[in-house]
Amino acid sequence: MTEKFEPRIVAFFCNWCTYTAADLAGVSRLKYAPNVRVIRVMCSGRVDPQFVLDAFARGADGVLLGGCHPGDCHYAEGNYKTLRRMRMLERMLKGMGIYDGRFRLEWISGAEGDKVRAVVNEITEKVRALGPLDMPGKFKEWDKEIEELEAHINQGGPRKEKLHV
Amino acid sequence: MTGNTEKHDGLPRVGFYICHCGTNIAGTIDVADVRKYAEGLPGVAIARDYKYMCSDPGQEMIAADIKKHKLERLVVAACSPNLHEETFRKAAARGGLNPFYFQMVNIREHASWVHTDKLAATRKVKDLSRAAIARVRFHHALDKQRVPVDPNVLVVGGGIAGIHAALTLANAGKQVTLVEKEATIGGHMALFDKTFPTLDCAACILTPKMSAVKSHPNIKLWTYSEVEKVEGYVGNYKVQVKRKPRYVDEDLCVGCMECIDACVFKEPKFRDKFNQGLGKRKPVYIDFPQATPKVVLVDPETCIQLKTGKCKKSCAEVCDRKAFNFEQKEKIEEIKVGAIVLATGFKTYDAGRDPNYGYGRYPGVYTALEVERLVNASGPTSGEVVLRDGKHPKAVGIVHCVGSRDDKSNKWCSRVCCMYSLKLAHLIKEHTGAEVYNFYIDMRAPGKAYEEFYDKLLSEGVHFVRGRVSDVTDWAMTPEEEGRLVIRVEDTLAGFVRRIPVDMVVLSTGLEPQADAQEVRRRFNIGCGTEGFFQERHPKLAPVNTFTEGVFIAGGCQAPRDIPDTVAQAGAAAAEALALIDAGFVELEPNTSHIAAEECSGCKTCVPLCPYSAISMEKAGENAKAVINEVLCKGCGVCAAACPSGSIKQNLFSDDEIFSEIEGVLTK
Repeated sequence: MTEKFEPRIVAFFCNWCTYTAADLAGVSRLKYAPNVRVIRVMCSGRVDPQFVLDAFARGADGVLLGGCHPGDCHYAEGNYKTLRRMRMLERMLKGMGIYDGRFRLEWISGAEGDKVRAVVNEITEKVRALGPLDMPGKFKEWDKEIEELEAHINQGGPRKEKLHV
Repeated sequence: MTGNTEKHDGLPRVGFYICHCGTNIAGTIDVADVRKYAEGLPGVAIARDYKYMCSDPGQEMIAADIKKHKLERLVVAACSPNLHEETFRKAAARGGLNPFYFQMVNIREHASWVHTDKLAATRKVKDLSRAAIARVRFHHALDKQRVPVDPNVLVVGGGIAGIHAALTLANAGKQVTLVEKEATIGGHMALFDKTFPTLDCAACILTPKMSAVKSHPNIKLWTYSEVEKVEGYVGNYKVQVKRKPRYVDEDLCVGCMECIDACVFKEPKFRDKFNQGLGKRKPVYIDFPQATPKVVLVDPETCIQLKTGKCKKSCAEVCDRKAFNFEQKEKIEEIKVGAIVLATGFKTYDAGRDPNYGYGRYPGVYTALEVERLVNASGPTSGEVVLRDGKHPKAVGIVHCVGSRDDKSNKWCSRVCCMYSLKLAHLIKEHTGAEVYNFYIDMRAPGKAYEEFYDKLLSEGVHFVRGRVSDVTDWAMTPEEEGRLVIRVEDTLAGFVRRIPVDMVVLSTGLEPQADAQEVRRRFNIGCGTEGFFQERHPKLAPVNTFTEGVFIAGGCQAPRDIPDTVAQAGAAAAEALALIDAGFVELEPNTSHIAAEECSGCKTCVPLCPYSAISMEKAGENAKAVINEVLCKGCGVCAAACPSGSIKQNLFSDDEIFSEIEGVLTK
């Protein structure tokens, strides 16, 4: 790779706490890494684990999810549901080869602009150290392998090894 | 400044507008480059950049373009949607477009203000803009839902802020319930003798307002009560208030106080909280003569009848109104209100946390609030400044910034301490003729006639020593210091360390959030800043609003402030509440969820997830489908995230919209 690797990170921020905190970071002119793309949701509880998987599948090197602190959810308890879902998702991600550090769940209150700065910088550095994930590239490789196998089978040639597809 | 591409590829026609915000955005982001990039994106019919999109010409440009270019969608890349989303929705509406065919991209707070690498920041803005353009295609035309507003108001906290807000609202003809947790309203102001800088008597200006609250036909005053639970939403709150037992019927007691004289305890012997522990009271008591309501109460911790049931109850016997009721129980009352004003105040810093000042160890060390009671004519010493050992002080040291401007405790300036220290210096000098020393870091007198008050004190012979006091000690080094307290301080103007012997030390304690501020703000679903004061919606433009619509804040619960500012803020909070009520209705954001019945499998996953119990099963039986009551739905989207069949759609945050946004930010 000739170009320097710049991580691409997708963030889902809840409107009431973390998105507001990011606004506060802006108003306070705090400086942080430009690698995170924020998608606003009303509550972290809106984040379907599929969103996280989709982000990885489409080429994100990391995913950050920000919600209100436990007990502070604008919708009473949405963040508890987020916590349950994401604990499960984290185990699933590991099974898929997406290891610790690429996905992060953080509670950031509307007053914690500095925490946005710190967390964004940390995850950017962490993912930079881990290197590119490149799921789309992996999908292509896997598709290619399957195609080659298919072609091989269709040609009726002798099998080199037993297939487990 | 404009680019115009006439194309139509079967997609809705999008207008893309990027704001320079003067140099706020354009200083970091190459807006022309982003505009050019957007022109080439599918569906974009027109892309423009402009100096101030939110200005009238900017908005008019959008409205005119919508008509001229037959735009079907609108994307504006500018500041935070929390600031101008509504502005551009209205601009869209003026152009004849449904306001919800609009998406805002936050490129100021989330990009230009937080990044320094111009190239990377511009790339980020392109990604975010592309995502918004991709997402806005999936938007639907929506209508805001109007709900009526209950015209009644709840004011929590009966200090000067709550009193003023309640009176303002009641004078405007609104029915107000004022809830105060102590037995009387008045708050901190009721403790003071005089107020700075005018030195007018605190009681003389406060008690008429307290009586006005009590006698106002539109105010229901509930003291000795606390808000237990808050449900509902803007315009329609349901509030449960716990009313603690006073063991005296409030409607019968006339406050003659004969019961206090008749109590079996001949002498007052229990700590008097109102007098900061400097005085004593009996189990049946009233905080101070002008307490409002003027009703006695019985302390269950010390009353023999309530503790053992074996008292001759001479208090009850002497009461010709038969107001005593030892069987009284705590009760919960429920009220419905449209708006809530929180004026729950502050607490003063616990001086014991700085052991070097000797509070609690040396009897000659007092907090400022204690001294307020000492100099007060209705205080425990009837206004005589007399020390705990019965002597009169000949020299008094006032230590500023105790629990303020200190990395070890509270970093903030408490705003009022310099001024109240000056006031106490004046009063102590007036009452005792003692030598008075002020130990200050900086003298802060930023108010009307405040600096003049400081000047006046300078000419009154009060000593000022610039420096933070290191400690207060009774360790004498000279015969003159023997038996006195010595204040050790570096005089930063003279440039050496001084030891100043005094008989009395006054600690000017700072202002802190109430001990239960976190609990209270959770109850009302609002936020706190990092220091623990209630968080306002915007530090400059919405200082009395919170992130919860219909809940307003005023006074010391939001930040330390003096009486004039508190009263002004209370008036502002009352005005905001009035504006909400008098509109008669509120428009709710239409980001509610709904269920596509044909896709619902009736699995009931969503039903227990809803925090508002808005989801129910349409009918019993095998083919039951879930339905969402749109009035109850607050639009969190928790159900939409959980639905296994994807049949729940949240307006403005549907799966299509979010997936296209994810794809949009990640497309290379």
